[in-house]
Amino acid sequence: MDLFEYQARDLFEAKGVPVLGGAVATTPEEARIAAEKLGGKVVVKAQVKIGGRGKAGGVKLAENPDDAFEKAKAILGMDIKGHLVRKVMIAQAAPIESEYYLAILLDRAARSFLVMASVAGGMDIEEVAHKTPEKLARVHVNANEGVDKAKAIEIVKRGAFPEDVVEQVADVLVTLWKTFQESDATLVEVNPLVKTKDGRIIALDGKVTLDDNAAFRHPDHEALIDHAATNPLEALAKEKDLNYVKLDGEVGVIGNGAGLVMSTLDVVAYAGEKYGVKPANFLDIGGGASAQVMADGLSIILGDPAVRSVFVNVFGGITACDAVANGIVQALAMLGDKATKPLVVRLDGNNVNEGRRILNEANHPLVSQLDTMDGAAARAAELAAQR
Amino acid sequence: MSIFINENTKVIVQGMTGSEGTKHTRRMIASGTKIVGGVTPGKGGQEVEIEGKKLPVFNSVKEAVAATGANASVVFVPPKFAKAAVIDAIDAEVPLVVVITEGIPVHDTAAFFAYSQEKGKTRIIGPNCPGLISPGKCNIGITPSDITGPGKIGLVSKSGTLTYQMMYELRDIGFTTAVGIGGDPIIGTTHIDCLRAFQDDPETEAIVMIGEIGGDAEERAAAFIKEYVTKPVVGYVAGFTAPEGKTMGHAGAIVSGSSGTAEAKKVALEAAGVKVGKTPSETARLLRGILKA
Repeated sequence: MDLFEYQARDLFEAKGVPVLGGAVATTPEEARIAAEKLGGKVVVKAQVKIGGRGKAGGVKLAENPDDAFEKAKAILGMDIKGHLVRKVMIAQAAPIESEYYLAILLDRAARSFLVMASVAGGMDIEEVAHKTPEKLARVHVNANEGVDKAKAIEIVKRGAFPEDVVEQVADVLVTLWKTFQESDATLVEVNPLVKTKDGRIIALDGKVTLDDNAAFRHPDHEALIDHAATNPLEALAKEKDLNYVKLDGEVGVIGNGAGLVMSTLDVVAYAGEKYGVKPANFLDIGGGASAQVMADGLSIILGDPAVRSVFVNVFGGITACDAVANGIVQALAMLGDKATKPLVVRLDGNNVNEGRRILNEANHPLVSQLDTMDGAAARAAELAAQR
Repeated sequence: MSIFINENTKVIVQGMTGSEGTKHTRRMIASGTKIVGGVTPGKGGQEVEIEGKKLPVFNSVKEAVAATGANASVVFVPPKFAKAAVIDAIDAEVPLVVVITEGIPVHDTAAFFAYSQEKGKTRIIGPNCPGLISPGKCNIGITPSDITGPGKIGLVSKSGTLTYQMMYELRDIGFTTAVGIGGDPIIGTTHIDCLRAFQDDPETEAIVMIGEIGGDAEERAAAFIKEYVTKPVVGYVAGFTAPEGKTMGHAGAIVSGSSGTAEAKKVALEAAGVKVGKTPSETARLLRGILKA
């Protein structure tokens, strides 16, 4: 889960990373009140989980609370690269002398963690890496050793920081590591980390990604979920413990196993080119595929008004195809009149003959069976195009 | 031959007394795997009968290894306890630890992987994987054993069901070993490790490599193939239509910005001389074509 900037700021503050005062506002009036509390000049910043908001006009300086009201009014409701601005952060303004960069992230290739530190902050770090690699330190960190002060000083020095801030930046880096580890983050990025004119080192903007797999030991992370931006079908699927992602096509897809479902989306997309249709969703029902799971999955997909046909693609591994076939038959019975769209089913693998026989005997008017994944995808695309 | 496992591999099951552990222990025994015992802390000294076999339960992997001579372990314990279980196996210097568990926090995986590297005695496969099978010899994990038999293809895949699908498509030819390396961002055994082992295995004649969106493991595998692998390799990559920024089922399957796309992986593999299929069935046809030629 990616956090909003204000959530990252709150997390930093709680963990002891130096930040400026800030508050979140969802209305211009809240922005005015926040600006009054903070006092002085403030920055009104659009809260969107995408880069480039400054260029899009989503960050504005406000002279006083009334101005903060006006700036918030202009920014709230903006569309920044497809992201609707529902919240703004009101942050204290600070006189900046220098901008630096610090980040800790998961490095999949190294199967470890990576610290990046650079004296050249405030810009795209990939550009820094490309143009002035000597100003960017990239240091791997052993998960069991972490970043202590000595290691932090070594990294900061390699990032070409001036001598007079090394000590302070190293302290921030140690705290940032603690934040990264204690929060089960996969990314903690501060860009820019600034030195103010009065010599303080402050995290001015932060990006944090938390590991969803670690939610069981962070009950507080639940409150950070952005429900407003969650697709209602995705929210419903989550309640039912289903792995569902809404896409923008017309062919509903249900399968077992993440890899097979991804593959199914591709095969449907290829087949759909001819008809101008695309996959409507990703839905992995996992290994079990009981009647209830199948019914839950089908009802979510049939609840998507964009769906015109459904492709059920199951390879029976541990799960036998007869159980899946029974699941489909029972799910259709449970859904009754709510099942209105044609289903194309492809079963293969464990006990496939019995599975196909069950579906043939049930002879449900909405269900057709095909033997291959490619053939079934073509049929599902064709049916979607006809409706 | 086979890679990583063979008919002499003796396996202990960590989490054998749990419902998943018991279910899959039964299946592994039924498919001919030498299961020699289980580990559940606090339940040591008990005996469990599974599939007509009396299996001892131990408190630690060290005890289990001392008593049974096990040289592999398979982990079915829930995410919360997985790190402790894997570290227990590493401390016991078990050469092969297969972690089936899905949903382990990546900080935990990073920690036990770093620990295994430091100790240098243990190969980890997974987490979040179906395990590996050498048909007719040994099956560690949850791969169905009746899809196909022994043969001359080596398979490595991030995905379980795509592994099964591909084994099914090529069931008349058969496999030396099929390895599901797992769909998490950090995994103990990579495509490259498997490609190297298949290249060095005299009985493997051709290799199928299945990848998916996220990270750059396939790109690095492509570079490795170019440099090291002389046997024919066919590839398949899932997720061409996956949208940016969305996790597609597997924790590691995510396109971030312009990196981790299926297209980039396909291009890299093809540049290394790997024939890449558009669908699983086309990939199987490509492999048949190569074996016939």
